[in-house]
Amino acid sequence: MSDVVQSPASPSSLPDSRAKTPKAIRLYLGVLLGIAAALVALPFAVYPIFLMKVLCFALFALAFNLLLGFGGLLSFGHAAFFGGAAYVSAHAAKVWGLNPEAAIACGALASMGLGVIIGWLAIRRQGIYFAMITLALAQLVYFACLQAKFTGGEDGVQGVPRGHLFGLFNLADDRVLYAMVAAIFMAGLLAILRVIHSPFGQALKAIRENEARATSLGFRVERYKLAVFILSATLAGTAGATKAVVFQLASLTDVHWATSGAVILMTLVGGMGTLFGPIVGAFVVVGMESYLAPFGAWLTIVEGLIFVTCVILFPNGFVGALAKKTAR
Amino acid sequence: MISESAKKTSRAAHAPSGRSSDLQGLGEPVLVARGLSKEFRGFQAVSGVDLSVARGSIHALIGPNGAGKTTCFNLLTKFLAPSSGEIIYKGRDITRTKPADVARLGLVRSFQISAVFGRLTVLENVRIALQRRKRGDSFDFWRSERVLHALDGEALALLEEVGLAAYSAAPALSLSYGRKRALEIATTLALDPDMLLLDEPMAGMGREDVEQTASLIRHVSVGRTILMVEHNLSVVAELSDRITVLARGRILAEGDYATISKDPRVVEAYLGARHD
Ligand SMILES: Nc1ncnc2c1ncn2[C@@H]1O[C@H](COP(=O)(O)OP(=O)(O)O)[C@@H](O)[C@H]1O
Ligand SMILES: [Mg+2]
Repeated sequence: MSDVVQSPASPSSLPDSRAKTPKAIRLYLGVLLGIAAALVALPFAVYPIFLMKVLCFALFALAFNLLLGFGGLLSFGHAAFFGGAAYVSAHAAKVWGLNPEAAIACGALASMGLGVIIGWLAIRRQGIYFAMITLALAQLVYFACLQAKFTGGEDGVQGVPRGHLFGLFNLADDRVLYAMVAAIFMAGLLAILRVIHSPFGQALKAIRENEARATSLGFRVERYKLAVFILSATLAGTAGATKAVVFQLASLTDVHWATSGAVILMTLVGGMGTLFGPIVGAFVVVGMESYLAPFGAWLTIVEGLIFVTCVILFPNGFVGALAKKTAR
Repeated sequence: MISESAKKTSRAAHAPSGRSSDLQGLGEPVLVARGLSKEFRGFQAVSGVDLSVARGSIHALIGPNGAGKTTCFNLLTKFLAPSSGEIIYKGRDITRTKPADVARLGLVRSFQISAVFGRLTVLENVRIALQRRKRGDSFDFWRSERVLHALDGEALALLEEVGLAAYSAAPALSLSYGRKRALEIATTLALDPDMLLLDEPMAGMGREDVEQTASLIRHVSVGRTILMVEHNLSVVAELSDRITVLARGRILAEGDYATISKDPRVVEAYLGARHD
């Protein structure tokens, strides 16, 4: 610190501080364009229904990662938002006869409301206590779904009509349906990127880096955590609501704790705190469930072994490992 | 060590930069604690501390390790809830105020262990404080962070004040220890606080850094009140207008350096601590 209180350094450092940004932005735009291109190209190579499932779970994992990676909060109950929204949008489409976009919006809004309640109750706790409270509250939601009339108990809500998007485009056509899911996914991804690169996101990063210091600067930390919790719940709900329309089904699986576990796994496998990792993680996990289905009861064990190997080989996830390699 | 520093004091008192001369001009109490106590599961870390910090002064809180100085800071800034006692800041009872709101009232603390936002750049570290002061809350998640560039110029000016402008683009965690502490001060200054609580600002620094930091503290103390925990007694002697000595959670002595350095209880507390 030999230059403390010395004459001001040359202002030439200012251009320096900005010189880095364009490179980062270019990488960013490159990845985004890559994702957009993949969204267009993939349906020609891969079964669209499988792709749509991946996209729904990828958005779910992105929402979860927003909370974990940028809010520093490990939720063990995110299935409540995913599944809760699935039930609401299934009900809205089937019983109220709403258009798919309105049904999905209903589901997302319901998750938002649920996020306000669960977040408000959980946010004051830290670490494992936070995880336990979110798990407990999500279990409450699960039992509510099991008992309530409109959820159809063990059967769930089946035969949800896909309907016409905006009353115009018939979603019975898988290509149209895929276009809608891809658009929702892309919008969700861009929304998350905007949140991260907003003044709010900047405050979140400071809180993540050093909560006590952020508090001492006057940031009311719990409010920021609650806000990011609600955002995450809303996006997770959007994913679940979309899934219900795509598969014409909302069931107890969607609100089950195993779904909360699956989204954690996706995030860890892809790379926690990396921006695009959860997308890769969703691909891997959903892909494994589909392609390893012939293993039957052995699926869980094979899955487990693969995950253990992944975590040992890539402790920062696939994208984390990639980022490290390119940084070198 | 006490007597050696005492010699330095007399020298400091004659130095043009010494503050003792304007001691008479000090204002009314700005931060007052009465009967402040904190108990950790039966262990009395702070007991019955009465403290009064005069506006515009540099007030030092000293005492052996484990005396309860950091706990006092945590109580005063509401990072810990006191078991009993009350805290008045600018005539306002803040005993039940939340820590973030205490900061918003202009009472800002630093931490004993350096506290920077490691993965943010040096510039962003300072800017986040400006962001809080100038924009209030930042819940606008729909807006681009580009709006924050409006604060870059001011952040850079603050970095220049502490000699860190050349590092503005570096991640804060890459800075040396001394520079991290300078960055903390710049970040704190960005809030333009009325009162600063500095917890061992020079801990772990070499002699040169200590001197730089001391002059930085004197520089920022203009128009502000400072309460400071510091182990380096020669620095304390040189900088502070008033000193409170804490031992085992209680106030042992209070006064200017000449008074407390002659106090046999203070000498004993320090010698006793060194024998541990
Ligand atoms: N959170 C805590 N829980 C239990 N004991 C604590 C806690 N914080 C501090 N103490 C104890 O209180 C005493 C005073 O600590 P501290 O205020 O850090 O002393 P100082 O800053 O003067 O060195 C020490 O004995 C310490 O072990
Ligand atoms: Mg201490």
